[in-house]
Amino acid sequence: MVQKLDYRKETPSQTAGPYVHIGLAPGDAGFDIYRQELGRDIAGPRAQGERIEIQGQVSDGAGAPIKDVLIEAWQANAAGIYPGCGDVEPGFRGWGRVIPDFETGEWSISTVKPGRVKGRGPGLMAPHISFWMVARGINVGLNTRLYFSDEAEANKADPILNLIEQADRRDTLVARRDGDVYRFDIRLQGDKETVFFDV
Amino acid sequence: MTQPPDLYQRDRDWHPPAYTQNYKTSVSRSPKNALLSLESTLSELSGPTFGHSDVDPLDNDLIRNYAKTGDPIGERIILHGRVLDENGKPVPNTLVEIWQANAGGRYRHKKDTYLAAIDPNFGGCGRTLTDEHGCYRFRTIKPGAYPWRNWINSWRPAHIHVSVFGPSFAQRLITQLYFEGDPLIAKCPIVNTIPDQRAIDQLVAALDLNATVPLDSIAYKFDIVLRGHRSTYFENRPEGN
Repeated sequence: MVQKLDYRKETPSQTAGPYVHIGLAPGDAGFDIYRQELGRDIAGPRAQGERIEIQGQVSDGAGAPIKDVLIEAWQANAAGIYPGCGDVEPGFRGWGRVIPDFETGEWSISTVKPGRVKGRGPGLMAPHISFWMVARGINVGLNTRLYFSDEAEANKADPILNLIEQADRRDTLVARRDGDVYRFDIRLQGDKETVFFDV
Repeated sequence: MTQPPDLYQRDRDWHPPAYTQNYKTSVSRSPKNALLSLESTLSELSGPTFGHSDVDPLDNDLIRNYAKTGDPIGERIILHGRVLDENGKPVPNTLVEIWQANAGGRYRHKKDTYLAAIDPNFGGCGRTLTDEHGCYRFRTIKPGAYPWRNWINSWRPAHIHVSVFGPSFAQRLITQLYFEGDPLIAKCPIVNTIPDQRAIDQLVAALDLNATVPLDSIAYKFDIVLRGHRSTYFENRPEGN
């Protein structure tokens, strides 16, 4: 016999189910209960940097939009600083959550473009936003990252993107700039399946 | 800013896999490719924080936070517990959010068309911050079981959805808690996405007679464990490496 390791086990995940909106975004689901909804404003009114909008859809293995998904985003400010890790602008939370339109599955978030953040090594990572999504049928929340198409040089040197062996799959993480809007479609399964991370 | 310590790796044999045939919706919503394992960076180890200005005192009282003409119908319960990490260390000041069906098994959601009645005095969601010891507390009514379209005769055990943060975004967790003694737990295809019975048992809240309000509310205790941080006594990756 050996001594027993006394670590606890992480609570196992369960799907957020079809009604996640009443719990985490009740106002957006047409249900007025809280004085203030959390996660509606990622950057706040005083954030420095370029204001951007990101639009997209999450789709399933059949290519159909997932209309009941809930997405959370986490990002640094334009100077590459995460809240809690240094001084950021008052009101800059760096975190937000969004649900799509129930009819079309289209979602959009407004924020500022994040700056570069130091990676594990000496270099900087390319600007990116961390995404985490849950829905009915997703047993454990899925983590991915959004990178920006107009940061090609930085993307080419990004240590995380370079971990992806199949170079064409790196493109699944790059939001395409079209005018003032970035397009970021997430495919859970099948053709052009998005790269998801075990973080 | 030095990087916060890494987290213990998530035990993917303890969590449900993405593809679980008997929970049918997962079939087309599960990635076919393997997840790409990352050594955490600041992007995963940092995370949002919340404070008392984000949450109102009544937000954790589901008996009162949507009441219009009186109390909601159903069995009054206290739901309480602690948020800890895998090292057994309390997780203070973290946001805990819950949502649930009413006593008849109906959600206040426009997509829920189950014939059980909406309760005009019950909203079905609440939120709170853990205190300095990692403790949280809600007052609510016990949700009812309800049918759902998986097989034609599928019934969800009574459950409450729970969302928790922790200091690192990579600790983010959503789960469901069940109630001690419910015979539907063993039959549920969503519960049974979890391969290990010990992990399922970790989702069953225990009747806690010590925490009741006598002659008023019964109580259940549900502890939540988030991923733990590694110790940093020996730095194996010095600066510049």
